[in-house]
Amino acid sequence: MPDNTFDAEGHVDRMAAALGLTIDPDHRPGVVANMARTAEIARLVTEFPLPDTVELAPAFRPGEESR
Amino acid sequence: MIDHASGALEIASAVKAGTVSAVEVARAALFRIGALDAHLGAFTAVTAERALDEAAAVDARVRSGGDPGPLAGVPFAVKNLFDVKGLPTLAGSRINAGHPPAGADAELVRRLNDAGAVLVGALNMGEYAYDFTGENSHYGPSRNPHDPARMSGGSSGGSGTAVAAGFVPLALGSDTNGSIRVPSSFCGLFGLKPTFGRLSREGTFPFCSSLDHLGPLGRSAADLAAAYDAMQEPGAGTPVSPVLGQGAEGLRIAVAGDYFARGGDPAAFEAVATVAEALGARDTVVVPEAARARAAAYVITTAEGGSLHLDRLRTRAADFDPATRDRLMAGAMVPVPWYLQAQRFRRWYHDRVMELFSRVDVILAPATPCTAPPIGQQTMVLDGVEMLVRPNIGIFTQPLSLIGLPVVAVPVRRPGGLPVGVQVVAAPGREDLALRVAADLEAKGVCKAPVARGETSWER
Repeated sequence: MPDNTFDAEGHVDRMAAALGLTIDPDHRPGVVANMARTAEIARLVTEFPLPDTVELAPAFRPGEESR
Repeated sequence: MIDHASGALEIASAVKAGTVSAVEVARAALFRIGALDAHLGAFTAVTAERALDEAAAVDARVRSGGDPGPLAGVPFAVKNLFDVKGLPTLAGSRINAGHPPAGADAELVRRLNDAGAVLVGALNMGEYAYDFTGENSHYGPSRNPHDPARMSGGSSGGSGTAVAAGFVPLALGSDTNGSIRVPSSFCGLFGLKPTFGRLSREGTFPFCSSLDHLGPLGRSAADLAAAYDAMQEPGAGTPVSPVLGQGAEGLRIAVAGDYFARGGDPAAFEAVATVAEALGARDTVVVPEAARARAAAYVITTAEGGSLHLDRLRTRAADFDPATRDRLMAGAMVPVPWYLQAQRFRRWYHDRVMELFSRVDVILAPATPCTAPPIGQQTMVLDGVEMLVRPNIGIFTQPLSLIGLPVVAVPVRRPGGLPVGVQVVAAPGREDLALRVAADLEAKGVCKAPVARGETSWER
């Protein structure tokens, strides 16, 4: 189900300003469409209840070099 | 007789026996690439001089009675996100073409060289690995040798093209969400995405550090196993090649149902059924919350990719492939709670799937929802639903790489049709089981990966 509450255009405009990202007017429709799709996909994850004790998955291992 | 259709181990055996020289093998590969690659677009750089030097060194070791290595004289090529000394690491981009040449080879290139393999070049790919199609607006598409009007699959498209065309028996690719398994499926090859973290990423251009994997594509399970063994961290794992002959007998093998049994063309599910029948796999398991797993992989990928490229998006947006740029820009704007929830979900999902592996050894699932679409196709109809091609080719691969499971994509030939792959999935660290099943399917004649013949006009 589409997330009609998410304002993709407003989000893109505000985030672009916050990130110092200038979006060419020709590129903007593609960015907005992708942002809207990302919000819809992300909702599948954000609406899923997880216990507070579930930790983040990425593992940082002190003393180990990146590979 | 050694020719362009010979496998890696077959070539190595002949070189070690002295029945063919590594230089002859390298020259033949370079000649075939020079004659045919203009039609297929697999390579972005051919390292002819280096290949002949490396081959000559292998021959010298053979002549002196030394050990030339398990992959002696085997030509190989790498997706151009691997550093190759003297070449800029393009990662499929125009922007990186301005980078200085790499000062050293990537770790996995070094390890294959140490095993006697001979590097013949760097391969085309989707820009910055954010791709399932094998298309690239800067360097052209890497075409499917079974039908050059069709996609090779991405983002390791050149890797799939080069192996299926018989340019090399072995290529390296990267797989964040399916980029080894998708070209393996479309080009009819065996492909191994090892356990996350199992092979070194040193000297490769990153995309999404939480999910990036590296691995080989080849035309047999034994060749994949030999390459994997040569590339493993020293002392990190047991070699898998010696166990391939044990077959699949006694393994608990189940078919993934629910999410993995819908949303694709009949060809994808028929391939799974063919493989399951050959293995006597009658049980079905449900991978819990696979759709959410795919969503989590999407969010993590786009957010990490967007963040990685943010400065380039600020300064050189017009130089990106438009299909990559728009997704990366949106990815840079993903709110932090979405990303962190996806990373927490990843942990939860991992723990549930590990419970499954207490009951089964291997799970079978489709690799792609369809055979290779025509190059440039934007939408497709799957299960009666019209959807975008580009983001949906990976619907069956993404939920598995989210938690870094080892997967071998095996090719199922369809009489008169294009190949399509099946994923053979094992628990973390059990590459041996997935490769044993792949070898068993090959021995039974269910899966095979012949060089694409000139069914169309590219090879006359």
